[in-house]
Amino acid sequence: MTTPASRKLWLGYAVAMLWLYVLLWPLIGIKPGGLEFATSAAIWAKLAAISAILLVLWQLKQRGVFDFVSRPAEAVSKALGKATDRVPTRLWLVLAFACAVAFPLVTERYAHDVAISVLVYICLGLGLNVVVGMAGLLDLGYIAFYGVGAYTYALLSVHFGLSFWLCLPIAGAFSAVAGCIIGYPTLRMRGDYLAIVTLGFGEIVRIILNNWMSLTNGPNGILGIKPPGAYWWQDGKIEHIWLGSLEQFYYVILGLAVCTIVAVYRINHSRIGRAFEAVREDQTAAELMGVNTLGIKLLAYAMGAVFGGLAGAFFAARMRFVSPESFTFIESAMVLAMVVLGGMGSIPGVILGALALIALPEIFRGFELYRMFVFGGVMAMMMLFRPKGLWPAKRMGARSEERD
Amino acid sequence: MAILELSDISVRFGGLQALTDVSFRVSEGDIVGLIGPNGAGKTTVFNVITGVYQTSSGQVSYDGRPLKALRPHKILALGVARTFQNIRLFQNMTALENVMVAQHSRTREGVFGAILRTRTQKREEGRIREKAMQALSFMGLADFAGEVASNLAYGLQRRLEIARALASEPQTLLLDEPAAGLNPAESRELMHTIGRISALGISILMVEHDMKVVMGICRSIVVLDHGVMIAEGRPEEIQRDPRVIEAYLGHG
Repeated sequence: MTTPASRKLWLGYAVAMLWLYVLLWPLIGIKPGGLEFATSAAIWAKLAAISAILLVLWQLKQRGVFDFVSRPAEAVSKALGKATDRVPTRLWLVLAFACAVAFPLVTERYAHDVAISVLVYICLGLGLNVVVGMAGLLDLGYIAFYGVGAYTYALLSVHFGLSFWLCLPIAGAFSAVAGCIIGYPTLRMRGDYLAIVTLGFGEIVRIILNNWMSLTNGPNGILGIKPPGAYWWQDGKIEHIWLGSLEQFYYVILGLAVCTIVAVYRINHSRIGRAFEAVREDQTAAELMGVNTLGIKLLAYAMGAVFGGLAGAFFAARMRFVSPESFTFIESAMVLAMVVLGGMGSIPGVILGALALIALPEIFRGFELYRMFVFGGVMAMMMLFRPKGLWPAKRMGARSEERD
Repeated sequence: MAILELSDISVRFGGLQALTDVSFRVSEGDIVGLIGPNGAGKTTVFNVITGVYQTSSGQVSYDGRPLKALRPHKILALGVARTFQNIRLFQNMTALENVMVAQHSRTREGVFGAILRTRTQKREEGRIREKAMQALSFMGLADFAGEVASNLAYGLQRRLEIARALASEPQTLLLDEPAAGLNPAESRELMHTIGRISALGISILMVEHDMKVVMGICRSIVVLDHGVMIAEGRPEEIQRDPRVIEAYLGHG
């Protein structure tokens, strides 16, 4: 039973558990009334017992004790994989889209609400993915563009009564300009420096929104934003209506998300997308191979900002209220976490990331207290075991082939 | 007539004089070798030509046009492409994508074309792919088109660098130690390849330490030592030149 390898493993396990207790105890055991060990020890004992059982199971599996189960299971999953491979990608996409369309018909209000925020974050994640995943520019202030888009629509709607559909491209354009303004001074920076500067810019935008009372109404925010309008078949004739129900909003953001996905996919598979990737891989080499790296980086910022701005305009229309506190740094960090968790540069990865970070916490509302604990743990695990994300960007062969 | 001409190039980095009054030219269809001991400034010459470094004095002209103050991507667009001494491929991209990037300066379609997939965009994409495949086939890499660059064997990576440079449709190609790390058989094949590139009408300027390659293929040779040009001439002249022998072997 005790081979040197397994002894080493258990030694490592013991050290890890000791470490866990050292981390756990200060969180639980230090109380105003004094130090206390019983509660933390109880929790620790549970965790240690569970992990020890898992470790034993894993060791047994390594030894092949479960082969009689796992072999046939493996064969089945392989066969399934082969069968699913034969189904064309397009069919999967159609299926996924059909599910997304049918979703509000079979679910409740609450689910609609969650689905809407997932889709908003998918748009944001895909936008940030252009900047971080494709062009490799670490942007910690991305939410600023979301804010610019939201305020653009809010102000135009409240002051000029412009329609949502007209404001959508305007919000995109304003965000693109903001992206260029923020991008331009950072063009010659790389890595850490870039991250710090974008972090600063994100905060600047929020602080401006917070303090420019005459324009933005400061921390009180802007009320009375109109929802999107639409022409709809009603009572035997086509009439203009204001979208009001969550279901209708869901379809608007679904459309926006699908457009974003298609746009990002197509950019990715174009000359521009290749230039983004070349800049990410080796900026100097890219410049020497004919890519105008300054222009391309600026374009990456602008493109990312456009998608953020479109999502922002939708956000303003859906909430019918905007205030600076929706655009704090934690939101930037959240979107960045989605991109990293899902897999940088991978569209399905970002979608999965958004689902994981927005939908899962809603599903596990019961464990709300432990949310951040689990969140941190999962992030650490991910970086250890799947450093390239849930669904890493695929680059092998087929990627370049025209498959769509 | 595309002539690359360096006149009285000097480059200084702070107190270090990297190049002093270097002048030579690469005429159309020429194969010029640039040799010299380590630290002689050979790669600096390449960096000056491609716009990575600015000269302290003197000027580089291409096709009669001064290259000063042009950014590297503009210089590539004019028709001067290069490879790197330490391979600098786009590691996570496939071989085909690497080569396709080089077509960037030859193509126009922007973001809107890409998003809307216009007919011109599709046609252009097709052309990029075709040119890239041509370059890969020329370097014998067609079978590796879908392979990620970092997974390729070293010799193939060297060839991919040349393919990428060729895909930019250059008139002048700068090769920075293309034979470094290649075995004798691969070096021989490289010489053959350089001959084929030259046959396409592309002028070549190469830095190389492998004298067999340099002497075997270059029509003229420029020798640098400590940033100063000490000799220029045909290979057999260079081999006999006492200053060159001294620079390489020291005082006898």
